[in-house]
Amino acid sequence: MRILKPGLHTTIQDLGRAGWRAFGIPEGGAMDSIALRTANLLVGNDQGAAGLELTLTGPQLVAEKELLIAVCGAGMAPFIDGEPLPLERPVWIAAGTVITFGPAASGCRAYLAAAGGIAAEAALGSRGTDTRAGIGGVAGRPLRAGDVLPLGSASPQAAAWRATLAARAAAKPQGRRSWAAPGWFAPPPAQLRGRATPSGIRLRVMPGAEYGQFREAARTALLRERFRVAPASDRMGVRLEGPPLPLEDSDQELLSHGVIAGTIQVPRGGAPIILGADCQTTGGYPKLAHVITADLPLLAQCKPGDDIAFELVTLAEAQRGYMEQERDMRMLAAAIALRMRKN
Amino acid sequence: MNSVSELVGWTYSLAPLGDRALVVTLESKSESGLWQVAAALAESLRSARLHWIADVVPAYASVTVVYDMARLPIHETAGAIPYEAAAAEVHRILKRSRETEAAIPRVVDIPVCYGGLYGPDLAACAARAGMEEAAFAERHASAIYRVAMIGFMPGFPYLTGLPPELGQPRLASPRSVVPAGSVGIAGGQTGIYPLSTPGGWQLIGRTPFRLFDPERSEPFLLRAGDALRFVPIRAEDFTCES
Repeated sequence: MRILKPGLHTTIQDLGRAGWRAFGIPEGGAMDSIALRTANLLVGNDQGAAGLELTLTGPQLVAEKELLIAVCGAGMAPFIDGEPLPLERPVWIAAGTVITFGPAASGCRAYLAAAGGIAAEAALGSRGTDTRAGIGGVAGRPLRAGDVLPLGSASPQAAAWRATLAARAAAKPQGRRSWAAPGWFAPPPAQLRGRATPSGIRLRVMPGAEYGQFREAARTALLRERFRVAPASDRMGVRLEGPPLPLEDSDQELLSHGVIAGTIQVPRGGAPIILGADCQTTGGYPKLAHVITADLPLLAQCKPGDDIAFELVTLAEAQRGYMEQERDMRMLAAAIALRMRKN
Repeated sequence: MNSVSELVGWTYSLAPLGDRALVVTLESKSESGLWQVAAALAESLRSARLHWIADVVPAYASVTVVYDMARLPIHETAGAIPYEAAAAEVHRILKRSRETEAAIPRVVDIPVCYGGLYGPDLAACAARAGMEEAAFAERHASAIYRVAMIGFMPGFPYLTGLPPELGQPRLASPRSVVPAGSVGIAGGQTGIYPLSTPGGWQLIGRTPFRLFDPERSEPFLLRAGDALRFVPIRAEDFTCES
């Protein structure tokens, strides 16, 4: 694959590099890990293979060889040879074909996986791009026009699929086409469906360590009011605009301590920030709540201007939600493997 | 050598940090020195090599453990949630590590070229402290520092041990680029910039050592708990390697 136009912020991402936080290196990885994992499954890859994370406005790229790709996550209206590229399914594309993504109509981040995965060099155990540390991906930076992305070798199932779809494209009655895709597709896990609507995104949260130190009014506002995603949001954090969330009067400062993605920290007198995949490893702001892990894929799809509402759950509910989502992913993996075997 | 439990009279408590991490919060009558306990406990949690522990992060008075719920051995019949299973395991490891001996810290020597092009703020810092430049640099290089924790940016060490008379205010307007390796002072702390980045610390020197090099077998030169000495070098001996 070669990049013709880079889009707003396109990076190579996998599932991150946990294990280096003690050295100040964030976990990183795809903000919407479920979308990347699904795209990988659809092209016969390991779920953690490296793919592209597209942000707000996608890139234009050309296949230098024939490819098997899948696009999941935000709807960026990708076009291929003047036709809409079907999402959430494996797509064979002929060598020389150009794919053009547009701005995100729904969601914020789309993921493109290609059979074999992007063979970027791994740094600290991950091929994912950490732009702050300048490691992973292509020279630790977002992609630019002219970047050529080498791919690993496709799995036997993916190669078989590629051949089947290529034959289907060649046999079209209206003449040979430059792409082909099956009629079936892989929808997102049940828990994520229906929570993002045009009127807002509902995120489940559990109380943070300092929840009780916020005023009653702040805790009520968190659960009753809507918050708007601010333009300064990125992979480090989603910044929110909304009602003030005051703490009880106290001048006690917290010592710096570990924080993780999903943590909602509220700087004194400031606007809340929901930490993202590239968040700093330690922080010292009071933690009002945490977006639960099962809903981090929804957080990844919040774009500036979107409205967010929060819903309180317990730790037990949060963990059950995650385990259910992992069960759904195992079932999805099995279903896709079956489709690929049947061919 | 003292055992970890004798370092300072400390106790700990466990609490969830979201749904996939927990925090061991340390407490003692005197907060100073708790980071040594945190570094030692982080080491015992890491060396337990449990496959469900994804990450261990020591800080000033806490250790954060990030865990992988799906890999935890849970007895569903017991009705335990993953957090409870993780907390029970962490309790077990911490109880055991109370008896282990505190490690003797590694001593890392960091060569520094003080002043001149490499330390553009040394003259002003020395003037504020009422000292000659050479005396200021010598005082900075004669102290032994400890790495209390690493954070803020990849490989950035929070150092304890700056002689109080060397304390400095932050720059009124931060530099847009501070070169990697710069040694600075802000407030009562001294530190080393591992990467080139904007920054507001007073720069008194620079080391040719690379604190972070992803190509090295040990990518990071420093870790929490290390002891550190600055060794003055001349500008002509400043060669960028590690």
